Amino acid sequence: MDKVIVVAEQRERQLTEVSLELLSKATELALILNGTASAILIGNQCRNLANELIAYGASKVFWVDHPHLEIYQSDVYAKITAGILAEMSPEIVLIGGTSIGIDLASRVAAKLKTGLTAHCIDLYIEKIDGKEQLIHIVPGWGGKMMVKIICPDHRPQMATIRPGMMEKAKPDPSRIGSIISIHPDITEYDFRAKTIEMVKEKKEGKPLEDAEIIVSGGFGLYSAGGFGLIRQLATAFHGEVAGTRPACDQGWIPENRMIGQSGKMVRPKLFVSIGASGTVHYTTGFLKSRVIVGIDKNPSAPIFHVADFGIIGDLKKIIPCLIEELKQ
Amino acid sequence: MPLNIIVCIKQVPDPEHFDQITIDPKTGLIHRIGIPSITNPLDRHAIEEALRIKEAFGGIVTVLTMGPSQARKSIEEALAMGADRGAILCDQVFAGADTLLTAYVLSNGIRAIGNFDLILCGSETTDGGTGQVPPQLAEFLDIPHVTHARKIVLIDTKRVIVERTVENGYLKIELKLPALIAVLKSINQYRLPTVMGIMEATKKEIIEFGGSICQSSGMEKEYIGSLESPTKVIEIFEPLQRRSVEMIGGLPKEATRKLIKRLRDLEVLSR
Repeated sequence: MDKVIVVAEQRERQLTEVSLELLSKATELALILNGTASAILIGNQCRNLANELIAYGASKVFWVDHPHLEIYQSDVYAKITAGILAEMSPEIVLIGGTSIGIDLASRVAAKLKTGLTAHCIDLYIEKIDGKEQLIHIVPGWGGKMMVKIICPDHRPQMATIRPGMMEKAKPDPSRIGSIISIHPDITEYDFRAKTIEMVKEKKEGKPLEDAEIIVSGGFGLYSAGGFGLIRQLATAFHGEVAGTRPACDQGWIPENRMIGQSGKMVRPKLFVSIGASGTVHYTTGFLKSRVIVGIDKNPSAPIFHVADFGIIGDLKKIIPCLIEELKQ
Repeated sequence: MPLNIIVCIKQVPDPEHFDQITIDPKTGLIHRIGIPSITNPLDRHAIEEALRIKEAFGGIVTVLTMGPSQARKSIEEALAMGADRGAILCDQVFAGADTLLTAYVLSNGIRAIGNFDLILCGSETTDGGTGQVPPQLAEFLDIPHVTHARKIVLIDTKRVIVERTVENGYLKIELKLPALIAVLKSINQYRLPTVMGIMEATKKEIIEFGGSICQSSGMEKEYIGSLESPTKVIEIFEPLQRRSVEMIGGLPKEATRKLIKRLRDLEVLSR
């Protein structure tokens, strides 16, 4: 029984990392429900990705392959996904919280007239009134609060999860699963919204989700002469540059480098926060990092509540010393 | 060729004050007295985009919200920016609606308002931050949608071409009208209401809809039957975010040396 279905996402015939991360969560949840986890894959000439999904834990892959489905098409992707889900009637559906995943999940949930939660940081199963329910833990009010949500009477129970929130399992290429090829009935009407082109833009550095070390700056850098110091420090750390919302508002970093509830959620080996007081919607974005260092001039800054190591002092003096120390 | 536009907006608690939110220990509910309300920032960009389209093509811009009676303030602000009329969906039965129910109620309001070529809204709100309402609203209206819109490239009476941001670039999407577009901050810089605009706003109409709108619009059958949210909040709690911090003191040179040594010992930094 396909108790849990992951809606996988591919871009240019590559699976997104979050699709694989979700499969490990899906197999864990399916085990508790005495069922299996499966995946839905939509694209063009992407059968090899179906095998990859199986290696990561999918027992079945509902594979939809069509030349017109190479890139995301909001209308028709939603129609096909909802169609498969209606037929398979799983208990749980997980979708990666990418800009495309959220878009798709929302329309699919509306088609199925069921509940959907966003940006879950944890998911587990609990028996409530004799019925197994998926507990969705969702950050609210910028991460200041956590909200426990259930979808008691509607199925499937749907959730999106941000990239980097769940841990990817190790693939097992010898795993056996079945690939079920689905031929969708597509008409011109399904392309009322039609993606006509995909344009790639060069972004600074590598994706924050993949970084092992992140150096993040806040508005405190303003009085310390700007963001240049943070860039130098990140280079010295061999890490990536990021920042807070105020740093983004100042134009010091692009929006895709902003850490926090409405920005990137990261879990690097080392996260160094400098000149940021540590509002909850910022700290939520890096709480799962292995080691957190907080540096700020204000001794009562809340950043020191979430850091493993803290230094209080003048950023203009501390940062150059750090750079110097790292060079040795 | 005029275009009629409906902009869906939401009044939200000011995210600058989220740190002041507490849980009432008796009820387990959120205590947010004293936290000011603002119009969701992205929604202001949606209003601005609607006004720019109107200035180029003519037509009527209607601003719609669902919320408590004080949400009227956000409508008045939009009217002062230049929108032609407002509408508010206000009823106790809408309180606590999840995204699916919100989208459903909004779709009923839109049907009651009538003819439209374009629905505009912000891509997400700062309170829920789900970004789910725009596609769900489009689904209930049975129209195509695009979210994360950063630029309207072209618009005529039949179609609109939009640039939609994705993680590594953008998609160029063509939508047949009527359509829904959910916008990002980068789409424009919004205007502020002028004194003249504020004065004129007082003369503009604000339509009020109650819960009965969902029976009279003839959409009842398309939905689950009752005005009930499929998702339920069962608990709100404050996360334990604390780590025990080791403060490293001393002069900058000394402190940074100690820090780097500790990080190397923990093997988060290579030697």
